[in-house]
Amino acid sequence: MTEAELPLVGASPTTDATLAASDVVLETVGLTKRFGAVVSLRGIDMQLRRGEVLGLVGDNGAGKSTLVKILCGFQPPDAGKMYVEGKEVSFRSVADARRFGIETVYQDLALVPQLTVAQNLFLNRELTRFGRVGWLSAGKMRKLAKNYLEDIKVEIPDIDAEAGSLSGGQRQAIAVARATRENAKILLLDEPLAAMGARESALIVDLVKDLSRNRGVSIIVIDHNYTHLFELCDRLNVIQRGRIAFDQQVKDTSVEELTKLMVSEYRRELAAGQELLEQ
Amino acid sequence: MVRIVDSATESDSNTRQTPAPKGKGSVAYWLVQRAMQQRELTVVLVTAFVIIYFGIVNSAFYTTANINTVVQYLASFAVIGFGEVLILVIGEIDLSAGAVYLSSPWFMYFFWKGGMPIGWAIVATMVCCAGIGMINGLITVWLNVSSLIVTLAINYALFGIVLIMSNDIQVDMPGQTGHFSIIFGVGAWSTILWAAAMGLFIWALLKRTRFGLHITATGGNLLAAAESGIRVRRVKVWCFVIISCASGFIGILDAIRIGSINPGSSGLDTTLPGIVAAVLGGTALTGGRGTIVGAALGAIFLGVLEDGFNLIGVNANWFYLAEGIMILVAMIVNTQLGTMARRFRR
Repeated sequence: MTEAELPLVGASPTTDATLAASDVVLETVGLTKRFGAVVSLRGIDMQLRRGEVLGLVGDNGAGKSTLVKILCGFQPPDAGKMYVEGKEVSFRSVADARRFGIETVYQDLALVPQLTVAQNLFLNRELTRFGRVGWLSAGKMRKLAKNYLEDIKVEIPDIDAEAGSLSGGQRQAIAVARATRENAKILLLDEPLAAMGARESALIVDLVKDLSRNRGVSIIVIDHNYTHLFELCDRLNVIQRGRIAFDQQVKDTSVEELTKLMVSEYRRELAAGQELLEQ
Repeated sequence: MVRIVDSATESDSNTRQTPAPKGKGSVAYWLVQRAMQQRELTVVLVTAFVIIYFGIVNSAFYTTANINTVVQYLASFAVIGFGEVLILVIGEIDLSAGAVYLSSPWFMYFFWKGGMPIGWAIVATMVCCAGIGMINGLITVWLNVSSLIVTLAINYALFGIVLIMSNDIQVDMPGQTGHFSIIFGVGAWSTILWAAAMGLFIWALLKRTRFGLHITATGGNLLAAAESGIRVRRVKVWCFVIISCASGFIGILDAIRIGSINPGSSGLDTTLPGIVAAVLGGTALTGGRGTIVGAALGAIFLGVLEDGFNLIGVNANWFYLAEGIMILVAMIVNTQLGTMARRFRR
């Protein structure tokens, strides 16, 4: 990270009063969600800034996936507010969220293995001629796809290769590239480095960094793996019992600190369970 | 040329680079490699084999009259095969195409009998065929019934409708005279030219249009297609409509060519060769992959086989056994060659 990029990821966001409002692309205030008797989210206050990579950590059942489902428009919250670039929003569907520039990348759901790289990049956004006939402008799409991939420094040996013949990392890179091709402002990535070798991971890490630093895309990464999160993220939010329990810049924290936090939470839960049993 | 980057195929790329270190590769090797990359290669080989074989065994095989017979055999296989390619690509199957093929001339006959001019009778019949396809598609996608069962049921239902309408009596087809008949079936090359036109249309649809790309996407990864906003159910229903219309139309042409229609034949005997043509040609039964050129070649194979056995005078009792074995052999060769070819395709 260079000095020039630091202001974007200043001190703890909740305390930084000098932060310009326009820098916050996504903000949630008091999001709650319950499923029957189970309270999943108890008031999530989260901020995501332009060009920032924010990691979401949390044990299973902490509310991490519920939060992501609300952010990508899959589920509405019970209460609380969401703002995209300062404007209050409520999503009725994933497509609705996409209209506000929020794209989600699902690992294996994203690509059609039998279509080429270029065809996948333009899936359902194809360029066509002759109006309703829908004749594909294949050459044009191929060229644009190639330029775009070069632009974001994703190296694919053959733009005409079927997506199914590529490695997991290349497929993930193409899925991310497709999500950001049409000016996505906010990207939700679910375990982007899962089941990947070192070289593969490097490809995705570089892509995520390039998108955030140079293109101002704000990215939320959901992952269990601390190593991955420390590699990818600028800031980490730990979700515990439906609240954000910890919010820290990556450079100001460590794997040890996070582990300690998680273990103490685990101990607390054990103790609470013990008390319940004794009563 | 495709560059090999996978380390697992290191030995392949070594042999490739040996003949010409400057990276051009020998022309012969390039040709072999190019040929092996074509999904239709294997069906080309088996078809060429049967054509040469029957040509040697019986010199009458290459006469114009015989070629004419062959193309009349294969037109329906080809058209139903083209339709099945679309249906197989979306991961479904249509067993009712043959029944549509057999029942559409009856619809046309009764529209004509009811007082419609012949052209309008054809149009009305095509609307019926589209309706049958729509029923197949809607039940499959909205009620989640397997298309295998839906279309099999429709196959029997159509057979029943023909028996009821016709009272099990054979009738003569209208439209046997004049320019009309020459264009619609009676002309020696009429059916095959229509089949070729439909093949070209469906090929362009599948490989060159947005809709075709969505067909492949729907069959290749249904969730990804749906997630990207493609209306996958609508795509599927349209494919069922297309195969029904194509089968119905070639059915009318064949009926006009033959001159009379008989209510007693089973639709599956026409559907299954179409499916065989598609699969022999290299279309996957598992969805996502299909080739129209392959289906055309598969239909040629089946047509040549049927005609060739007749020509060399195979005993009628032996006919189906011989045909069954030949199809099996062709498919085994196809699969084995396909495994070999996959090593060249990267």
